[in-house]
Amino acid sequence: MSEMDEIIKEFLVESNDNLDQLDRDLVELEKEPDSSELLARIFRAIHTVKGTSGVLGFGKLESVAHVGESLLSRMRDGKLRLNSKIATGLLKMVDALREVLQSIDSTGGEGDGDYSSVIAQLKQLLESALEERTPLGQILVEKTEQAVQEALAAQHAGDGRKLGEILVERGAVSPDILNEALRLQQSEAGSHVSGSSIRVDVNLLDKLMNLVGELVLARNQILQFTGTETDSAFLGTAQRLNLITTELQEGVMKTRMQPIGNVWSKFPRVVRDLAAQLGKQVRIEMEGTETELDKTIIEAIKDPLTHIVRNSVDHGIEMPEERNASGKCEEGRLTLRAFHEGGQVNIEIHDDGRGIDLERLKQKALERGQISAEQTARMSEREALNLIFRPGLSTAQSVTNISGRGVGMDVVKTNIEKIGGTVDVHTVKGEGTTLKIKIPLTLAIILALIATSGCERFAIPQVSLLELVRLEGEQAEQGIERIHGAPVYRLRGNLLPLVYLNQQLELGNSAHGDAVNIVVLQADDRQFGLVVDEINDTEEIVVKPLGKQFKGLSCFAGATIMGDGKVALILDVLGIAQMSSVVTEVRERAALETEHRATDSAVGRDAWLVFQVGRSRRMAIPLSAVSRLEEFPAKMIEPSGSDWVVQYRGQIMTLIDIAQELDGENATEKQQTLQVIVYSKQGRSVGLIVDQIVDIVEEAVAMESDEVKSDRVGSAVIQGRVTDLLNVEALMKNPNLQEARR
Amino acid sequence: MSATQQFCTFLLDGLFFGVEVEKVQEVIRHQETTRVPLANRAVGGLINLRGQIVTALDLRRRLELAERDRGVVPMNVVVRSDDGAVSLLVDEIGDVVEVQENEFEPPPDTLQGMAREMIRGAYKLKTRLLLVLDTERAMKV
Repeated sequence: MSEMDEIIKEFLVESNDNLDQLDRDLVELEKEPDSSELLARIFRAIHTVKGTSGVLGFGKLESVAHVGESLLSRMRDGKLRLNSKIATGLLKMVDALREVLQSIDSTGGEGDGDYSSVIAQLKQLLESALEERTPLGQILVEKTEQAVQEALAAQHAGDGRKLGEILVERGAVSPDILNEALRLQQSEAGSHVSGSSIRVDVNLLDKLMNLVGELVLARNQILQFTGTETDSAFLGTAQRLNLITTELQEGVMKTRMQPIGNVWSKFPRVVRDLAAQLGKQVRIEMEGTETELDKTIIEAIKDPLTHIVRNSVDHGIEMPEERNASGKCEEGRLTLRAFHEGGQVNIEIHDDGRGIDLERLKQKALERGQISAEQTARMSEREALNLIFRPGLSTAQSVTNISGRGVGMDVVKTNIEKIGGTVDVHTVKGEGTTLKIKIPLTLAIILALIATSGCERFAIPQVSLLELVRLEGEQAEQGIERIHGAPVYRLRGNLLPLVYLNQQLELGNSAHGDAVNIVVLQADDRQFGLVVDEINDTEEIVVKPLGKQFKGLSCFAGATIMGDGKVALILDVLGIAQMSSVVTEVRERAALETEHRATDSAVGRDAWLVFQVGRSRRMAIPLSAVSRLEEFPAKMIEPSGSDWVVQYRGQIMTLIDIAQELDGENATEKQQTLQVIVYSKQGRSVGLIVDQIVDIVEEAVAMESDEVKSDRVGSAVIQGRVTDLLNVEALMKNPNLQEARR
Repeated sequence: MSATQQFCTFLLDGLFFGVEVEKVQEVIRHQETTRVPLANRAVGGLINLRGQIVTALDLRRRLELAERDRGVVPMNVVVRSDDGAVSLLVDEIGDVVEVQENEFEPPPDTLQGMAREMIRGAYKLKTRLLLVLDTERAMKV
């Protein structure tokens, strides 16, 4: 009995593969209905299914496959040409077969589905094709056969050229057909290698992958001992173990790699059916189908990709008339592209449809109360575009059974982010939309920097790492400055916010010496410096998930076992950045509101240096324009012409007293020590005298454009308070400045 | 004669606890743990169990009992769950005890606090009470 089960299981797996191939081939055949290669393959597949199901006693399967086979045999004999009606009929048959197979898989029986309508439809197609006429194919075949005989005779008679050449020259065969035949010959010869691959249970592969992970860890442990051992035989063996493990790891990883084409292969069918249903014409093109990805990732992106493809066909590509009217080719084009880049896989889905209507998107979001009218007006194009990733939003004018119900893109984004990927959308109105997805190659083994903080070791994923900075001695004491308590470090002129890992994780004080180690990290589009006690090494680590007891902890991405057998936590760089407010955006849906709070493309989300001028004026300039913060004793300020200047780093720097410029107050005479912001742009530096540095904030700042007081100052709300934004450029250019100085 | 059930027993601040024997994967001596900053107080840390990373829960803290004296190393009772294994840190391991189903009694209403949620009841043994730990609840930190 179990042997029988085995056979049936084998049959199911094989038939399902066959049917998947059939889907692809039928759609392909619709494009080139005369391809004898495709026809032969389709016929073979159906024939196999029919034959085996007959032997195994699956009558239903056999009867459905049988009508399909008769139809196909006519086509193969050239008596019938595929048209869209026949293609639809055959695809329906494939669906019917698949349904029966599924039922056999789950219940063991063929189920009680009724397929008589499918059978009847196919039979009708067959009959309608049976008008007797001398079949065109037969005439062609006979004619070609005659030509081949003649060509063979010529070869016999001493013509040294190849058979194909002779036939083409005599006009008996077109070069296209010859090439096709040559390719077929090749693929038939090539099909002998099929015996060199076998089916392997996925669970077994997963287990192997786990074991290799363990082996990598054990190898790392052994390698740690090599530091203390001197025995050369041991060292040699350890070295060999190292090499073999690495190769084995690569090999096993490869077995789990699958070409992305495996997922894509079902799209032609999806697109065909959907387009037919909607009355659209869509051609799908795929590039880079051989791009390989880890199996788990393939599984994870399957549904999001399908959703995107359906979306593109449903709302991206227009109806033929509409396309015609806008001067486009009636047939819409959907392009899928995949390629490797920097250890990541890029997938792009492009359609040449109507693009996303940002106005309507905003309108919808407004109607649903997701954003306010005020926000709508201020929204940048990018932000408006990102609205499509909000739950419950759809721009489809009508809700169809395909899409437009507003569930989807948010799920797509969540699912892709879950596997460490990103989604980006670009659209040009009237020209089309492109979705760009970036995902990691594999999730299991990553390169990480090991760092110590508060006597604990942590792994920091290498992908987020930008550089390492070590400050020693005097540098360590003076290099780190504070802006109202917030530590910063000047990294090549830019202020880098610092986060002390031991403080963030409440590890208590660490016993570090006088050196400061800064790990410069990238979180989203922000950079920050993570201060750790010690930087150990980079290592390949096996990522293991944390138990559900740690669900709420966003600062850890998992754990790993180190070379000495101890467990170390893997830091989630984005999580740490959010915890420490380096990235103010909180990724929960509920908090999306704040993320999109009133922004303007000209100002946007940025880091701002907030300072006080005069007694009460709160002002800000972009942090990126600030190169240093300095204090000068008032006596260092010297007059030079009409300007106040200070000797600074061997140069003369002009100072601008903002209070005086704007309000006519003079700060220079009031204070002993002057707070100066060194502002640099395009190589020019100027010192801005302010009363007090308040804070560095990262916030999406909305310019209140209607309240601009002059070209030098605008207003915005930062940290809930009205803050003037200083336009230093305008201030420097303003002729009034010259006058005021005199 | 009623049905019998085997319990793996351990001591926790003088209390005699038991976990159904089939739920226990293994009992191991003290392991070096890596603490998880910012985690729940009851989490003792992470241990390396032959290449598997297992969360260790300090049962004393979980049950709001007194802290273990310094220098006393806990033992690990590794318990299976749907979400992988979890190790329970206990003071001392006892024998496997066989109990009669009819000796069981649910906890009295006077039992309050955390313990109320995690103690399913007690088996009235001859000399002492065997408290039955609800491992599923205990693991839900």
